[in-house]
Amino acid sequence: MNNKRQIYLDNNATTPCDPRVVDTMIPYFYEKHGNAASRNHPFGWVAEEAVDYAREQIANLINVDSKEIIFTSGATEADNLALKGVFEMYQRKGNHIITLKTEHKAVLDACKKIEKMGGQVTYLDVDSEGLVDLAALEAAITDKTILVSIMWANNETGTIQPMKKIGEICEKHGVLFMSDATQVVGKIPVDPKEIGVHLMAFTAHKMYGPKGVGALYVCRKNPRVKVTAQMDGGGHERGMRSGTLNVPGIVGFGKAAEIASKEMGADAERLSKLRDKLENALIAAMEEVYINGSKEHRMPHVSNLSFKHVEGEGLMMTFNQDIALSSGSACTSASLEPSYVLVALGLGDDLAHSSLRFSLGRFTTEEDIDYTIKAITQGVNHMRDLSPIWEMYKEGVDIDSIEWSEH
Amino acid sequence: MAYSEKLLDHFKNPRNVGTMDKSQKNVGTGLVGAPECGDVMRLQIEVDEESGKIKDAKFKTFGCGSAIASSSLATEWLKGLSVDDALAIDNMKIVEELALPPVKIHCSVLAEDAIKSAIADYQQKNGIEVKESEKSGH
Repeated sequence: MNNKRQIYLDNNATTPCDPRVVDTMIPYFYEKHGNAASRNHPFGWVAEEAVDYAREQIANLINVDSKEIIFTSGATEADNLALKGVFEMYQRKGNHIITLKTEHKAVLDACKKIEKMGGQVTYLDVDSEGLVDLAALEAAITDKTILVSIMWANNETGTIQPMKKIGEICEKHGVLFMSDATQVVGKIPVDPKEIGVHLMAFTAHKMYGPKGVGALYVCRKNPRVKVTAQMDGGGHERGMRSGTLNVPGIVGFGKAAEIASKEMGADAERLSKLRDKLENALIAAMEEVYINGSKEHRMPHVSNLSFKHVEGEGLMMTFNQDIALSSGSACTSASLEPSYVLVALGLGDDLAHSSLRFSLGRFTTEEDIDYTIKAITQGVNHMRDLSPIWEMYKEGVDIDSIEWSEH
Repeated sequence: MAYSEKLLDHFKNPRNVGTMDKSQKNVGTGLVGAPECGDVMRLQIEVDEESGKIKDAKFKTFGCGSAIASSSLATEWLKGLSVDDALAIDNMKIVEELALPPVKIHCSVLAEDAIKSAIADYQQKNGIEVKESEKSGH
């Protein structure tokens, strides 16, 4: 198969920077290169003005006050700042944090560090669609609980959590609610104040902005939330995050937020149609194709599918010259473990190894999807022709009854 | 990760894909790996009873590109070899031939296991003593 343009369906990993964003950033590398913290000359004032403007653009997108936006290097740093910053700041109140097993590693690994620092963390299970069990969440809250951290939507499956209900539970028990909203901001309407989210991490490069810049929303009123800085220095960002601001990045982030405010509704509508077309065509064309995650509560641009009896990484090799996407299978000697997110949904390791994640974006076209349908179908058929377990399945052998030699 | 031309060729045009009748006395079948680990190889040999040489080999593999290429290459090498020579195939030769990256060396180990397991099956069926060291598994 030959296709001139590489098709990019890995927008949950990172999105291309919108050319309108790039254009906005360029003057801030040379002509307007000032440090936003330089108070005594026009270079500094111009930079500060640009940062303030971007802060407004971003605050508008999520309907918060611009003073509530703390710039960071990305969502990983924002997650770390929120979790460790709250843990340190509210130590006298308690040391218990509740999160999900399907969170991003930025949250899970920060929580592990907190456990080493004397904290207690509860990692809640999810149901077969990846959704939190609200009763289990409420039951896990103790008088030592200071924070609930639940991602708005999952990066692998696109499953959206019942945020409003989680917010109500946190409100009822007087516990802070933090959310890693990396996959949702700029894609669907997000309003942390309405939901009762007090801290929210997100990043520019998942919403057609540049890499290397993200933000933490920190609620300033009812309640006034504070986090202990994790980086010592000049006291930037109201003392919560020191370090010279990435002015061009922040300008780009702001522009990306402004574009998203105007276009995300239309983007989401168009992409959900393309996603459904892709999914329906693949399910119609082949047997034993399964949707992972929630079909009902799902991001409009994401589809995570398992193609039974085909290994995901091998399958990707059939088309990765033309199409870029991700698999839940990691077949390396370093890690034979498939995606922990899919395993937490209750998928067997074999189905988790058979998964592909399609994440569409603003620049995905219908031609891309038509080509992808053909290429994936060919790839799966090629791999199934080669697969001994597909052959056994077709012969009616019960695969689970075989004693496999673990290695 | 960039793969070698040879590896890509074996992946795209796998040699000797297929299934032999495992009930035949002169056919040896090796099935190694596990679906949970992300790779399963089935390798079969057909031995010429007159000459004692492997006259045909077939495989099917569930796994990544390196696993498929390793087993495809193994079947190519097996044809025409005596059983003893086949037992001498070392996984590092597969690593070299396909230029497998370090994280994929286990795929070549699995292919070696599949060869040994197929031969052990053939020998068992034909009442030939199987040396302990020839049994697969590690």
